[in-house]
Amino acid sequence: MATHHANAVLPDEPEKATLEGKNKLLGFWLFLGGETVLFGSLFATFIALRDQTNGGPTSQQLFDMPLVAAATLLLLTSSMTAVMATLALHKKNLKQIQVWLTITVLLGLGFLGLEIYEFMHYVHEGHKISTSAFGSSFYTLVGFHGGHVAFGILWIVLLQLSATKKGLTVVTAPKFYLASLYWHFIDVVWVFIFTVVYLMGMIGGKVG
Amino acid sequence: MSAHASHAPKRSGLWDWLTTVDHKKIAILYLIAGGIFFLAGGFEALLIRLQLMYPESSVVGAKTFNELITMHGTTMIFLAAMPIIFALMNAVVPLQIGARDVAFPFVNSLGFWLFFFGGVLLNTSWFLGGAPDAGWTSYTTLALNQFSGHGVDFYVLGLQIAGLGTLIGGINFLVTIINMRAPGMTFMRMPMFTWASFVTSGLILFAFPAITVGLVLLMFDRLFGGNFFNPDAGGNVVIWEHIFWIFGHPEVYILILPAFGVISEVISTFARKRLFGYSSMVFATALIGFLGFMVWAHHMFTTGLGAIANTLFGLATMLIAVPTGIKIFNWLLTMWGGQIRFTTANLWAVGFIPTFTIGGMTGVMLAIPPADYQYHDSYFVVAHFHYVIVGGLVFGLFSGLYYWWPKMFGKLLNETLGKWNFWTFFIGFHLTFFPQHFLGLMGMPRRVFTYLKDQNLDLGNFISTIGAFGMTIGTILFVVNIFVTAASSKRAPADPWDGRSLEWAIPSPPPEYNFAQTPLVRGLDAFWIEKVAGNKGMTPAEPLGDIHMPSPSFLPFLMSVGLFIAGYGFMYHNYVVVVIGLLVTFACMFTRSVKDDPGYHIHEDEIEEKGVKA
Ligand code: HEM
Ligand SMILES: [Cu+2]
Repeated sequence: MATHHANAVLPDEPEKATLEGKNKLLGFWLFLGGETVLFGSLFATFIALRDQTNGGPTSQQLFDMPLVAAATLLLLTSSMTAVMATLALHKKNLKQIQVWLTITVLLGLGFLGLEIYEFMHYVHEGHKISTSAFGSSFYTLVGFHGGHVAFGILWIVLLQLSATKKGLTVVTAPKFYLASLYWHFIDVVWVFIFTVVYLMGMIGGKVG
Repeated sequence: MSAHASHAPKRSGLWDWLTTVDHKKIAILYLIAGGIFFLAGGFEALLIRLQLMYPESSVVGAKTFNELITMHGTTMIFLAAMPIIFALMNAVVPLQIGARDVAFPFVNSLGFWLFFFGGVLLNTSWFLGGAPDAGWTSYTTLALNQFSGHGVDFYVLGLQIAGLGTLIGGINFLVTIINMRAPGMTFMRMPMFTWASFVTSGLILFAFPAITVGLVLLMFDRLFGGNFFNPDAGGNVVIWEHIFWIFGHPEVYILILPAFGVISEVISTFARKRLFGYSSMVFATALIGFLGFMVWAHHMFTTGLGAIANTLFGLATMLIAVPTGIKIFNWLLTMWGGQIRFTTANLWAVGFIPTFTIGGMTGVMLAIPPADYQYHDSYFVVAHFHYVIVGGLVFGLFSGLYYWWPKMFGKLLNETLGKWNFWTFFIGFHLTFFPQHFLGLMGMPRRVFTYLKDQNLDLGNFISTIGAFGMTIGTILFVVNIFVTAASSKRAPADPWDGRSLEWAIPSPPPEYNFAQTPLVRGLDAFWIEKVAGNKGMTPAEPLGDIHMPSPSFLPFLMSVGLFIAGYGFMYHNYVVVVIGLLVTFACMFTRSVKDDPGYHIHEDEIEEKGVKA
């Protein structure tokens, strides 16, 4: 174990050191269970409505592989940097945590930027939430995910700011841990979006 | 760890209630708010029944009638039944597992305030241009702009806010039950009410996100030009039905399982026997919870899902009768040979059994798809679900309230008034809803505001309305009982019923830290075991020491107010208001996450040594 002097008092796995920490961890896992149902319902709705374009643009006309691939790359990398942050947490090294999280946030911002560009582009092509049932379900599913990314960025930044004052303690450690758990979750959801919305949408044809 | 303040922040009066994070006080808040909504929903029901008392009458008119049935159903389910369940869970579960507190006191209070402001938002629709009128199920396309008024926007946003509160409340109880049990309190030693709360919370966790999505989609359609449910633009109305019932069917088990839990506690206490077949009860509870998710499409037999789907969902539905039957027999066998005391609490519990059984039987009838084509949307359905929701859940809640009132308020409800309360409500209930089975079979459709003379519907409807007055009298007697009890000066002892589970081992009402020393649990019916062994109380599992408490907070209230304000902004497309509201909420979240809350300590010498002896 690294024995950085100031943190020497911190127990191993500081995120689970207190009952409060354990409660938070369990509660957060359960919350993610609920989020799974939430995204599951959105996916089901999207799959049911994806071919209902009502004369508006279809997914084949809209989607653009390089853009989506770039966004995916950014987000997947950010999950890796979040893992590095958790490893740093277990080494009780606040500085490293901060560095890795900063990279995570920057990658997340890049992803969001691409998504906003993508949406604006689509609207330009006449693909709006009100154009068709496909439009409604696309923006709701992908937008919900984007909202989660935005929230995650805000959360991590706030954590980073407050940790500069408070340092790494048994109170802040669970928060770092949960934030990166959350970040992995939205990453996994994106993998499904990438497959179900974009890949399947670009192949085209009726599925199911 | 950061330094702790050593004294409780002094708060009193209203300010104390607005900021409390004590689960026992939150229980009382839930009870008061849920009780008021129950009276509102009951008043709406009475108006519905007055309108239907005679054929072709026009007491309220068609438009108001639609609003009344919608608000009645919505209010009863979301704003009366759920909160009163949460009241009991908050009052009892931490005590039954020997915990000092719930896992997330702050979240607990946030859950209450979200429910409260969601409910208020929904009800302000009455004064702001009309209440929702598309039924409590808000079926599309009826619930879209073309066919229904502004009221449905209140439904969409009010339920969204209240639903969030329920969801986080459920998570709180799951974590509390998993992580906060006293030493020795294994899962298979948990009282049935705690088990029921546990499974119910699990159902909440997986069911409520579905309605969250449903409400978001409906909101997009109604407010932002979405097309999810608009067939003209490729939308599909059956999606709403699926999502609604994927939530809605588990929801009825969310309602009934806690009632089962109450009945188990009350029957075994007043039969002075341990619950018959405890482990089969646990198994049945879990199985019902699981099956509850598998059967949602029995609400959709007539939408054309096809014969195979209908058959499978029909069979799955009927399967639920098996674990439910196990429970009924276990209750009967618990009473068998027991020394039964017919207190009011036990009257409600015993009255529950045949009433709920009738509701269960009509449920199996409805689960036969071809037969359902006949019953569908008739008064037979109305009779069925009131037999389970009122005859099941409401009876269970009354039983639980009479049983735990002393633990919650330190006083025993008046038994004489209680018996009058029971009998008027019980008889009124059966008068109201039994004839509705026949009205339905004779062809009276659900959700119609009137009917013609001389079609054999007159007498049944008349009796039904008389019964509704009976229930009204019963409810009024309960309210009277509350005031009479509050005015009396007699205090309840710690263990007025000779109870079996841990909550009876500490004073009524318990001190804010519940257990001065965490108790050591040696088996099922933990307190009873000690009493039988001749011990005065529980053996402590820890030495007496300082107790750490969370500090009160105004943030949950403010956060909910923020969403409440934002809700109006969305409805009236005023985005300045939306931003202001959300800013309030986010500012509270920000404050909460940046400012650590170290709580405070109650010192050893301040702890009254009443409950647990060292
Ligand atoms: C207190 C006595 C009650 C009376 C007299 C009463 C009466 C009624 C009536 C006449 C309807 C309208 C049926 C229709 O035309 O479709 C109705 C609907 C309903 N009631 Fe009750 N009810 C009572 C209590 C409750 C309670 C306690 C609950 C739930 C906890 C409840 C849940 C519902 C629901 C979910 C509906 C369906 C509303 C809809 O179709 O949109 N009721 N009730
Ligand atoms: Cu059902």
